[in-house]
Amino acid sequence: MVEKTEQGRDGSTRPDAQMNASEVEAWFVREVLPLEAILMRYLRHNWRGQSDIEDLRQEIYVRVCEAAFRQLPDAAKPFVFTTARNLLITRARAGHVIPIEMVGDLDALGVAIDTPGPDRSAIAREELRRLQAALDRLPARARQAVILKKIDGLTRREIAARMGITEATVSEHLAAGMSALAGILYGEPADLGHKP
Amino acid sequence: MANAAGIDARAAAWLERREEGLSESDEAALQAWLSGSLANRVAYWRLKAAWERADRLAALRGAEKNSAARMRSFLPLLVKIAAVMIVVAGAGVLGVTYLSRPSDRLYSTPVGGHETVRFADGTRVELNTNTIIRARMTTGQRILWLEKGEAYFQVKHDALHPLVVMAGDHRVTDLGTKFLMRRDPSRLEVAVLEGRVWFDVPDAESARTSLPLSEGQVAIATGPKVSLERQSMRALDNAISWRRGVLVFRDTTLADAAAEFNRYNRERLVIPDPAIAYIKIGGIFQATNVGAFTEVAEDVLGLTVHRHGNEIVISR
Repeated sequence: MVEKTEQGRDGSTRPDAQMNASEVEAWFVREVLPLEAILMRYLRHNWRGQSDIEDLRQEIYVRVCEAAFRQLPDAAKPFVFTTARNLLITRARAGHVIPIEMVGDLDALGVAIDTPGPDRSAIAREELRRLQAALDRLPARARQAVILKKIDGLTRREIAARMGITEATVSEHLAAGMSALAGILYGEPADLGHKP
Repeated sequence: MANAAGIDARAAAWLERREEGLSESDEAALQAWLSGSLANRVAYWRLKAAWERADRLAALRGAEKNSAARMRSFLPLLVKIAAVMIVVAGAGVLGVTYLSRPSDRLYSTPVGGHETVRFADGTRVELNTNTIIRARMTTGQRILWLEKGEAYFQVKHDALHPLVVMAGDHRVTDLGTKFLMRRDPSRLEVAVLEGRVWFDVPDAESARTSLPLSEGQVAIATGPKVSLERQSMRALDNAISWRRGVLVFRDTTLADAAAEFNRYNRERLVIPDPAIAYIKIGGIFQATNVGAFTEVAEDVLGLTVHRHGNEIVISR
């Protein structure tokens, strides 16, 4: 009998990947996505080029997750915003765009960062209200497709028949609806009274 | 860095297609796309999370049909009566009740895959390699079918709507719990890691036997025959080590270890010689790293490893 404990782990795991994808995904969904609204506000306030805000957000998420694959950060908020600030500084130096006011003031931002996110205890009814509000703002065809999918639970084929369009077009509407929903649900403050 | 809107559109298209069910080759293409760049993966996670949140909209189903509300209030009682009748009548009726419906959702993983599904009710199901789950999760009903493979269930308990997992004619009903189910062609294994479940087994006389299983208990069913055993939490932890992408062997025969690897990889390990098939090994391996395992066979056990196409033969 041979005891060869740890052989596989030492010999095979990439040295920089300690976490598996589903752990990082769970952390990302739980800790990072709820910050998206204040992250977007931060980016809009501190970056002149409004057209590439989403690219910046993506880059920040990639950097944050890259780090999370090595080790999950203890506190997501300061980590995300430090990453964001560093990225803005790097981009500004590279001369892509000149930042409006390069806020080094993570401290000033600290107030905003510590604003409570969506109240986790309120959930069900509040969440439903929010989803309905988000739904109302989708483009008409996308909204109809999403309603048939999520509320009526129809398949793509049934939706196509109901709307009198091809399945491929249903797919496009659903994909567009999905993208828009994510932007509203995560990218905008939970309190719809505040304009971003 | 590719443009975010473009990646977003690709991710959304994948998610939409996946909901309708992907073929094995499509699933492989999706996995390849995800592995292609972290930006792809993150965009996919983000949209998936939003899209799953939107599952809550199902609560609005029939909300406007107030006229039907009165009728509806009688339904739960009828359903309960029906449920009692079904239990008494046994498996034959169940087959009718649990027929597939077009609104059922399919979730699957390819060989070597690992996927976590979060349902709107808070239940989490982790699919191990080469697994198919069918789901009917509505406000009134929570049924999952383990069509094949292995999955780990973390159930949000709701006494009024217990979650039921079907595996062929066998049925597991949650009583507030975490459990593991593995379905092979002729064998079903149910292991309870926390809380309790009811395990229902079809009898020869089409009656059903219900067994309560509690934490640490493992039921192994081959057809109507069931054996029960108790395992240490350590052994159970090892049984779900695939959630971390690793296989843990302790006093495991080479043959069993090879069979485990073969579940996760397209390359097949073959050990034709019974004299070495029963050599026992221990260790922790990455499930998809067959190379680390053959290295142990060669360097530590002094065996010979030959490759023939897709097969890796270990011999003396």
